[in-house]
Amino acid sequence: MDDALKPDAVAASIARIPYARFLGIDFEVKGDELTLVMPYSEHLLGRPNPPALHGGVIGALLEIVAIAQVTATSGVKRAPKTIDVTVSYLRSGRPVDTYARAHISRLGRRIANARAEAWQSNRFDPIATLHGNFLLRADEP
Amino acid sequence: MTDYGASTPFAQAVQIDDPELRAAFAKGPFISIPQTEALGIKFLKLEHGKAWTKVAWREDLVGDSDTGVIAGGVLTTTLDHTCGGAVQAALGKFLPMVTLDLRIDYMRPAEPRREIFCMAHCYKVTRSICFVRGWAYHDSEDDPIATASGAFILLGEEHKGYDVEAAGPHASGIA
Repeated sequence: MDDALKPDAVAASIARIPYARFLGIDFEVKGDELTLVMPYSEHLLGRPNPPALHGGVIGALLEIVAIAQVTATSGVKRAPKTIDVTVSYLRSGRPVDTYARAHISRLGRRIANARAEAWQSNRFDPIATLHGNFLLRADEP
Repeated sequence: MTDYGASTPFAQAVQIDDPELRAAFAKGPFISIPQTEALGIKFLKLEHGKAWTKVAWREDLVGDSDTGVIAGGVLTTTLDHTCGGAVQAALGKFLPMVTLDLRIDYMRPAEPRREIFCMAHCYKVTRSICFVRGWAYHDSEDDPIATASGAFILLGEEHKGYDVEAAGPHASGIA
């Protein structure tokens, strides 16, 4: 079975989220791996001095990567509904580009359980993690 | 633009009936937070340990263009910010702090084109951690769109150099 994600499908799922554009989010697909990129922009700051990204923005990036990964993996066109998310903040978000990837722990018929990580300069030194449950919505016939 | 921007004293824009709290928040220098200003989050009211805010529906904040429902991330930021405000209102002063974790439960979709209100209650303050719950709703917190539960950590001695005056009262729930 080919697990590779289809960049067009990912692009379509993110294009349906105007708020992702508001945050300036872009994406990269390599095989089955989807990475979201949130380039640094001043409006993302939650604290101007010393500068730090708003925690809510980091949580939003993590939720969007989880939704995009669930959408791309499940093959359902309609975005899943978020049931709950828990975000742990590990370190302050510096005023640089931020990346995020998600991993689906379980994809059931109705519920997807996912984990996600956000990092900046070092992939293995995340600034925040998320775990959450998402309700899948069947495509309308 | 938010009412607590540089030009408007926070205490005049926000309802604070408690005289001590009003005095504490009137003293602060008020600067704008780029992200909350970009989202248009406004503080409405403060009581001891409690804060109320609102955020308006906007087309560019939608999370699903098929339905027009505002993105979950907007609620995350607004609830985080409201929770931070509740912590400040519980402490009665500006202390630097950051969000340790935040859980959001979504009960129902927000209605498109309606503004969303948030209320947060900081119900326990320890030496270093503050525990907060929050509600997002249209008409009443008894019919929530989403609820939040979070822990905030007060920054200690190692952050003595942190410029609280420059960072302002809402350098909270942030980072």
